[in-house]
Amino acid sequence: MHRLLGSRHVLGWLQVAPLALVLVVFLVLPIVMIVTVSFWRATEFSIIPAFVWENYEFLFGSSVTYRVFLNTSKYAVITWALTLVIGFTVAYFLAFHVRTLTWQVALFLVCTIPFWTSNIIRMISWIPFLGRNGIANSTLISWGVIDEPVEWLLFSDFAVILAFVHLYTLFMVVPIFNTMMRIDPSLIEAARDAGASGVQILWNVIIPLTKPGIMIGTIFVVTLVMGDFITVRFMSGSQSANVGRLISNDIALLAYPSAAATAVVLLLTVLIVIGILLRFVDIRKEL
Amino acid sequence: MQKKEASGQSLCRTGPRGFVLPLPHRFAATQTDGERMDQIRKDLELVALSKCYGDAVAVDAITHRFAPGSYACLLGPSGCGKSSTLRMIAGHESVTEGAVLLGGADISHLPPAKRGTAMMFQNYALFPHLSVAENVAFSLKMKGVERAERMAKAGEMLELVDLSALSDRLPDQLSGGQQQRVALARALITRPQVLLLDEPLSALDPFLRIRMRGELKRLQRELGITFIHVTHGQDEALALADEIVVMNDAVIEQAGTARDVFNAPRTAFVAQFIGGHNVIALPQGRFAIRADAVQVTAEMVGDCEGQITGVEYQGTHVAVATRITGDQELSALVPEAAFFAQPFSPGDRVGLVWDAADLHELTA
Repeated sequence: MHRLLGSRHVLGWLQVAPLALVLVVFLVLPIVMIVTVSFWRATEFSIIPAFVWENYEFLFGSSVTYRVFLNTSKYAVITWALTLVIGFTVAYFLAFHVRTLTWQVALFLVCTIPFWTSNIIRMISWIPFLGRNGIANSTLISWGVIDEPVEWLLFSDFAVILAFVHLYTLFMVVPIFNTMMRIDPSLIEAARDAGASGVQILWNVIIPLTKPGIMIGTIFVVTLVMGDFITVRFMSGSQSANVGRLISNDIALLAYPSAAATAVVLLLTVLIVIGILLRFVDIRKEL
Repeated sequence: MQKKEASGQSLCRTGPRGFVLPLPHRFAATQTDGERMDQIRKDLELVALSKCYGDAVAVDAITHRFAPGSYACLLGPSGCGKSSTLRMIAGHESVTEGAVLLGGADISHLPPAKRGTAMMFQNYALFPHLSVAENVAFSLKMKGVERAERMAKAGEMLELVDLSALSDRLPDQLSGGQQQRVALARALITRPQVLLLDEPLSALDPFLRIRMRGELKRLQRELGITFIHVTHGQDEALALADEIVVMNDAVIEQAGTARDVFNAPRTAFVAQFIGGHNVIALPQGRFAIRADAVQVTAEMVGDCEGQITGVEYQGTHVAVATRITGDQELSALVPEAAFFAQPFSPGDRVGLVWDAADLHELTA
């Protein structure tokens, strides 16, 4: 026994085992299950274990799939762009304009306050604000900016993206702020010494050095938006669809094989997107 | 060597503002050109320069003129204000009061890049995401110089510091000495009239430090511009400086050539900080005496009596630490051969002898 434990290989495997076990049980097995079920056959009344491609054939044969995937990508790209701009600005302000660490920590905590409530509550709280007779419309009318209520504020793509940006900007702020805090201040002095203006410093020094943080934030936001279904359902008033809603509808109809097939395609899409992103930026230094 | 001179020449002739960097021993002709020299060799002057952080005074109204084309060292312990002074000259720290003049013009409120100074940072501050050549070319890129042109210029600078072979590497892939040379090239490509070096050698190991300081001195001679070098190492200052400016407690204690400062320290602080000196109180006053001017002899023979507290072998010399009357420390640096001809050990009572001419009276 002692000799067995003394062996380098056995000891190594034992050290890896707990984490490996967690990953296998909670990550690998569920995915294997989903992939397996995606090949099963389903009828209106039953699910039959099998190996058939019909779920995928149906998925790729339907124009709805392409429209929904396109719509999901649209949400992801617009949300990404907006959270990036807002998140970068907030992180830049925190990292380079707030001088003392106390204030940095305080303001950073302020950013996280919305996260003290669940994201459904934060989402739903937009409804009275954006509704036909909501605060936004009545304020705009009382200011005389508009004559009658704006219809597209709620239950529209605008509302969906607004909610996404509200929910997920912090996921952009945190990694970018974290990377920015690691930039040596003397680099910025060196750039100024070389005659760089504020914009040039931003473009030539800060942005390139913040890329890993931007990339981590991007992965967060893209995966969250691609996988979301509840935000789209609430904020679009069930008028828009994304892949998550496709899956949730299938599950509601107990069409598990079809849901699994859609999930597999979504998973592959997200993995491909992340794979492409990682080719551009090396985030290993940040981890 | 031949190739290097050629590149040095093109480097001289292509200044962006049309001035010529003189390389005195290579281009004697430029040295005789008085008018040009005036243009280039501007002297740097600090006039009642002060820096306060709230109530704390970091630099207290210092006035000093740095001769053009000289190698000056700001020497002092940490917190003496030498770095703040340098950063005010560079423009990375605002001037609380007073002025920095370069060639008679007040540059105290100009942005760093418009001053005619360039700074080399303590940890080199190389951009980690840019290659060596791109680092060197950075300031030209900021000016909007075409890529091909700025890369060619960067190549010339890298040749000056002997790093052409590594121009595509990233800073992470370089040794400390190589990184320093990149930092030097990056600072020099702006063609500064004054190069400011903030503890440039402190990140290097002792062996490399000695080599790099030789290199710095060589570059300064070749370029003929003023180097202002901040350090807390007196050996570094003595080895490099045409002029040493010793600072303490926000003021200049003493300024002069290395030999003047070493042989005639004005204050007890300077004598102690510059090293190799004893500061002793005698009935006639306070004096500094160089440790190597003190001889150790048998008891009852010397100018004063003492007891040996420590003996340290240092190779060429042996440092003998003694305690003399009045509980003062006095150390003698005895040539190795002389010491072992008549060795002493700790606890021995000895006499200490010196030539009265070697006593140097201190004013403070």
